[in-house]
Formats: sequence, structure tokens, C-alpha cells
Amino acid sequence: MSYIIQNPGIVWGLLLEHIIITGSSLLIAIAIAFPFGVLVADKPRLATPVLGFLGILYTIPSIALMILLLPIVGLGRQAIIVTLVVYAQVILVRNIIAGLRAVDPVILEAAHGMGMNSWQRLWQIQLPQALPVILAGVRIAAIVDIAIATIGAKFGAGGLGELLFQGIAQAGRYDKIWAGALSVAALALIVNWSLLALERAFDTTRRIRRSERRQLAIKKG
Amino acid sequence: MGFSYGDAETQGGVSPCPHKLERKGIVSAIRFEHVTKQFPGASAPAVLDCTLTVEDGSFVVILGPSGCGKTTLLKMVNRLYEPTAGAIYIDDSEIRQLSATTLRRQIGYVIQQVGLFPHMTVAQNIAVVPRLLGWPRERIERRVDELLELVELPPAEYRSRYPSQLSGGQQQRVGLARALAGDPKVLLMDEPFGAIDAITRASLQDELLRLQRRLKKTILFVTHDVDEALRLADRIVVMREGRIVQYDRPIAVLTQPADAFVHELVGADDMVRQLSLVRVETAMAPLPAGFRRNGEPSIAPDADLRHALSLLLRTGAPALAVVDSQQPIGVLTLDHIRATAKNEIEG
Repeated sequence: MSYIIQNPGIVWGLLLEHIIITGSSLLIAIAIAFPFGVLVADKPRLATPVLGFLGILYTIPSIALMILLLPIVGLGRQAIIVTLVVYAQVILVRNIIAGLRAVDPVILEAAHGMGMNSWQRLWQIQLPQALPVILAGVRIAAIVDIAIATIGAKFGAGGLGELLFQGIAQAGRYDKIWAGALSVAALALIVNWSLLALERAFDTTRRIRRSERRQLAIKKG
Repeated sequence: MGFSYGDAETQGGVSPCPHKLERKGIVSAIRFEHVTKQFPGASAPAVLDCTLTVEDGSFVVILGPSGCGKTTLLKMVNRLYEPTAGAIYIDDSEIRQLSATTLRRQIGYVIQQVGLFPHMTVAQNIAVVPRLLGWPRERIERRVDELLELVELPPAEYRSRYPSQLSGGQQQRVGLARALAGDPKVLLMDEPFGAIDAITRASLQDELLRLQRRLKKTILFVTHDVDEALRLADRIVVMREGRIVQYDRPIAVLTQPADAFVHELVGADDMVRQLSLVRVETAMAPLPAGFRRNGEPSIAPDADLRHALSLLLRTGAPALAVVDSQQPIGVLTLDHIRATAKNEIEG
């Protein structure tokens, strides 16, 4: 704690770097996973091998993956961003598929029979119902990325990992290790809470209960 | 093969001439011509060489045991299934001339599980097809209120509810309102009351009949419930193993079943069931001269003979007074019912 209080500028700068790294990789990951998941969701033959392959990628240790990527993308931010995008894929794609598949086929048949095309079904029926599950995936991916992003510092990407690796390298600098660990944990908690709140806002069951409370309040008032 | 059931005017309903109705100048809303549907991998076709003409504004019930192809036949009308052979016409134009989505927006569709969209309010659910049709906002709002009134769910109370806050019967009312939203000429209903308890089902059936008298839609309604079919239908299509075995008025299906299968399916031996299809006014005798009411129980002229019989037996009265808007117009005795059963039903 003392290190954070004495060096707010340094910690703040590293925190911003950390946010930029994880934030940008999360956005890229979503941009890839979303169309991919939607495309694969209703094709079980494709979905199973895709999820299997992503699962295998997920089990590669992050340091090993980064080292493997170095000859291709070089040192610096690119390497860690690519790594984070890869790790987020499994979580995002799996949740997108699970969310879309959880929509009752009867409801899809009704939508079909009423004359919605597949695009309208996706946007008006499937996605609104799958949104809480998809957002849960985004939340978990964000937290995993925040944690893994720390090793980026080892490869010159910056971020809160700097504090951890400096603390290890400079004997006895436990204060730096604490500062790094606490900041990463705080960031993860705050991101978790805010995304959880977003998830709940889009949950139909909760929305219905809120509207019931409102109606009750109107009746009483 | 190639039998047509387009003409049910003749007793028995089976006529080999497919175009008689058109020649008589009766508008056909839906016409099936030699329609066959073979699902890939299935050993037998689900629907085999079905030819059928549904008159404009009539209520036609497709009746048959499960697996007889009735739902398949229905779903080919809004192209959820495409026929393997044959063609389907709505208002004399082939349905494949329109894109499937355009066609479906012009046809109301109600399914057993209702399939309301759980994340939308009642109003939003009803507004789906008008929105797809691109109606202006105010027109959609007006239409939603109008339809909620029609299915007797007061808009002020139900507009902003979610489907999970409604009972099964209310959900199906919303399902019906949603199907009617785009003002379709044709309504397809696939066992819409199958999952609803008997009391609610009876009131929904009444409501549907009331709506039909007002709106004059062409309704194609699938069920395996014989009483439901007898109660609702202008015409019943009896199906078995993918084929149409009879197409006729309910009373004719009961009294002149085409074969042993239909006979058994509809319980043609059940006299009481047959009585339920005959109205009191067709059996009653006119008021005898100098008639004075002497405590006879009263019954409406449009009630059915089954009710009349039950009322006679229950009260032990020798006769019923047939009363139309407070005015006695005839009498009905057990003898009248017996005579009617003999003439109308067996005769």
C-alpha cells in the first residue's frame, strides 16, 4: 500500500497501460468471437470441433504462447494483445453459442412462422434473450485478460506486471509486488462488478420483476 | 389416387370432380392440388397426394390421430415445409410466387406452445408483424389496443405485461391477437388449445367462434380432439396416414363416415355426440294454439339437443319451452328429440 501512496503517478500510469492492453484486446476478441460464434452456433458439426480447438489453445501456458508468438509479432504490446485475444476466444465463443442455443426452439419457430428473416430473428429474438449469457462471457474473459496481461511486462508491453517483475528482480522490494498485486485485483473487482450490473440490466426475468415492483408502487402510491 | 375433396356439397363429400366449386363461383381461399410431402429419410410420405379446397371465410378443421400428416399439411401453407410434389394456392395464386417471409407476414400463425417472445411485452409481441410490415407507429399502437379489446384483455391492464405474467389461457389470447395483428385473410392454427385445461379451452373455443363470426377469416385449424373439431368446424378434413379420407360438414362426418376408420375416430355410434350438433330450433314444434307456460324449463333456440336432452332428464319435465329473447317460440319434448334423431341423423 505504501508504495502506491508514495508513487501514485507511477502506479496510475501502469494501471492506464494495463487498462489499454486488456481493453483493446477484449474489444478485438469480441469483434472476432461475435460473428464467429453466431455463425457456428446453429451448426453443431462445426461448433464441437471449433470449441475443442479453442479449448486446446486455452490450455497452452500463457508464457509459452507468448514465446511462440515472438518470432511472428515481435516484442512489445502486440504479443500480449494477440495472446489475450486468443485466451478470450474460448470463453466468448462458448458463451455466445450457449446463449444462442438456450433460446427455446418453439419461440424461433413462432418467429419464423410470422415472417421474420434470419437476420431479424437473430437481432430481435435470439440476441436479446442470449445477452445475459454473452455478457457473462465478456465479464469472465475480461477478468482472465486482466490477470494474464501482467506477464506482458516481461516482454516489454508495460502494465501493472512491471511492478511485479521489478519486485521480484530487486531483492526485498515486496512493497512493489504488493502494489502490483493489489492494483490488479482492484481493477479485476471493479470490472467484474460493473459488467455484472450490466448483465443484470439486460436479464429479462429481473426486468419483469422490476416492472412488477413499479406497478405495485404505482398502485400503492 | 387423385380423389378430390373439394366438393362437400354432395352427401358423403367425396367427389371425383376437383373444380366444381370454382364453377359454382365460390371463392376458394386455399387450394391444395395433389400435394405430397416426403421427408428425407422417412419410410413413407407424411402427406400423400392431397387435394383440397378451402372456401373463403370458412372454418376448416383438420382432424386425425398423431402422425397422420395434419400438421405437415398445415405448415406447407406458410412454407415452413415445402411440398415434394403438387402446389398450393391462396386466392388462386401459387404461394411460391411470393418470398416465404412476405407470404408468412400475410398469414396468421398460432401454435400450441403459443411461442410468445418472453423478452417483449404483450404490446410488443402483438406489434411484431405490423412492425415487419412497416406500419407507422400510431397505427401499430391503435391496432394493438384494438386487438387486446377483441380478445378481451383490457389494454390498460395488459399492454405492458410480460408473457410470464399471464395464465396459459391469457397467453393464447395474446397469441391469437398477435396472429391477427397484420389483418391476415388466412389464419393457421396448430392445436392452439392442446395444452390448455378443459374449462379454459371451452371458453377459448367460444371466443374463437365469436371472433370468426365477426372477422370472417379463412381458418385452417389442426386438432386431434374430435369434440373440438365438431364444435368449431364448418368443414372437417379427416386425415389418416398422409391421406385425406373425408372432407365434409361435421354432422355428415358423424352420420356418414367415409369408412370404418372415420367411424371409429369420431365415435359415430355416439348418439349423444350427434345430438350436440343439432340445434333446438330444428327439432322443436311450434307453439300449440292457446299455449300457456306451465313451469316448463326454458332453453334457447340455438342451444343443442344434447343440452336439451340433459335438461329434460335432469328436471323430469315433460317438455321444454323454447324461448327467444324472453318470447316463447316453441316446445320441445323427448319425442321431438327422438324423431329428429331418427330423421336428421339416421335418416
